[in-house]
Amino acid sequence: MSHRILPIIRKEFIHIRRDFRTLIIIFALPIFMLFMFGYAINLELQHIALTVVDDNNSPDSRALIRAFSGSKHFNISVYDGKVSEVGSLFHQRAAMAVLLIPHDFAEELGAHQKTSVQLLIDGSDSNTAQLISNYANAVLQNFNADRGVTLPFDVSLAIEYNPALKSTYFFVPGLVALILMMISALLTSVAIAREKETGTMEQILVSPLRPAEIILGKVIPYIVMAFLDGLLILLVAHFWFEVPLRGSAWLMLGGALLYIFVALSLGLLISTLAQNQQVAMMVALIASMLPTLMLSGFIFPVNSMPFLLQLISKIVPATYFLKIIRGVMLKGNTFEHIRLMFAALAAMGLFFTFVSTKRFKMTL
Amino acid sequence: MPDFAVFTENLGKFFGGFQAVKNLNLAVEYGEIFGFLGANGAGKTTAIRMLCGLLMPSSGSGAVAGFDIFKQGEKIKRHIGYMSQKFSLYEDLTIEENIEFYGGVYGLARPQLLAKRQDLLQDLGLSQQASTLTHDLPLGYKQRLALGCALLHDPKIVFLDEPTGGVDPEARRNFWNLIHAMAEQGKTVFVTTHYMDEAEYCNRVSIMYQGEIIALDRPEALKKQYGQTSMQDVFIHLVDR
Repeated sequence: MSHRILPIIRKEFIHIRRDFRTLIIIFALPIFMLFMFGYAINLELQHIALTVVDDNNSPDSRALIRAFSGSKHFNISVYDGKVSEVGSLFHQRAAMAVLLIPHDFAEELGAHQKTSVQLLIDGSDSNTAQLISNYANAVLQNFNADRGVTLPFDVSLAIEYNPALKSTYFFVPGLVALILMMISALLTSVAIAREKETGTMEQILVSPLRPAEIILGKVIPYIVMAFLDGLLILLVAHFWFEVPLRGSAWLMLGGALLYIFVALSLGLLISTLAQNQQVAMMVALIASMLPTLMLSGFIFPVNSMPFLLQLISKIVPATYFLKIIRGVMLKGNTFEHIRLMFAALAAMGLFFTFVSTKRFKMTL
Repeated sequence: MPDFAVFTENLGKFFGGFQAVKNLNLAVEYGEIFGFLGANGAGKTTAIRMLCGLLMPSSGSGAVAGFDIFKQGEKIKRHIGYMSQKFSLYEDLTIEENIEFYGGVYGLARPQLLAKRQDLLQDLGLSQQASTLTHDLPLGYKQRLALGCALLHDPKIVFLDEPTGGVDPEARRNFWNLIHAMAEQGKTVFVTTHYMDEAEYCNRVSIMYQGEIIALDRPEALKKQYGQTSMQDVFIHLVDR
């Protein structure tokens, strides 16, 4: 490494400073996504429009309705049209669920201690339907418990690490993985492809700079930007959204640096495949961004994927990084718990670096 | 090896089974303006890339500025300047930032770099516009700025690959004045072009056809040998045989 790297680093920072799109990707996008995930995307459902058809109209049926209206999840409205036409409530989006209380509800309840009500749920959004079903079951369980009816055994449920099931806990680690991948793989591969396209790469290759120095000079600014960005997201997440950091901050930053190295080496590999910016952008989106978003366990659990996709998820770097960052932040993992993840990332980074340096020399 | 600026013996380059350059034999003297002619795809760019250390030759031997092109690529790079038809400047950098970048890449010390920058800006008549973006410069200025950047480290040998592509006739003539001025300072200029009128300005020219040099001499000698009145006609005569 020599002082001749400095002009390249300086120049790269000028490119970043003068390119509006790059600035947006680096600074505005992460903060925007963080607040979007933090506020707009809430996995908890509230104000579910529940329409009640009470054919019984007894103290018992009114007690059941009160149980629902007492829950913060439901907003109750009463329906007095024909029962055969309740389906139209779904069409008009007037209700997400309809509770049908039969005319003999109180009678059956009094006689046998046992009866049924019907709950119709709009299943056009299956996730929402699932949540509504869960909330309704909880309400009914409470109602039964108040009447002294309980299940033969009692499940006492405790959710560890994120008892309130806050969605920010879930999204922040994934967001760090996504943003680091975006800056390291996407921006660097596009930046290198741009120099090939304009011919300036050739111009600096005829200078006494070694190829390794050129590459190093070009990626150092992006390492700095990626690292600062990761830090920014984590600080906002920790101090604004109060996501805990239960493990060692150093261990997490170490994991982040290793992951940046893997993403950069992937970006270099992409740049050796792409001769222009468009191709680099496309390949980077397909080879790095999409798998990070879809196949790493960021949003969709890996365990519920088809076998083939599970195999692919094993070669997505973010799969391992997510285990590291979730483990350290939320569970307080130490290095002992996650050393396999570190090893997997290190192996990937070395492999990508090896292949891309081989290919880089060939494409000169 | 004799003391030539560019010297090659049976230099060749294969790409897979395709031989892009066959048995290239050159001996270019210091201070010479050497024209390297040929149609597109004749192997000119491959040859020039081998001489500049951008591409490893497959066979033969050669030296540039007295250094072996197989083993001493890095030393060669210190002594040559290179400019391609793309005028490889950074459009989103200002004129002075481009100058400082290329000076820095060649490891120029700060005082030396500042002096060179001032000289170059003065030569170009752009002292007042030093902080405008290169993107906004007219093409003729970009061409001369690119050349200036390629010469900041005062190379002995200058490789110009189609340096006048796309610029207007007046700018082309001005550019050739610069080339002659460089030769007078003792620099060797190795230039490829497909403008045959430009070939007339060279001390010697070679004509490349399908990877081989099929003619190499002074322009007047070539015209006499093939009984033609212009280099254009010589070229057509040779290539259309």
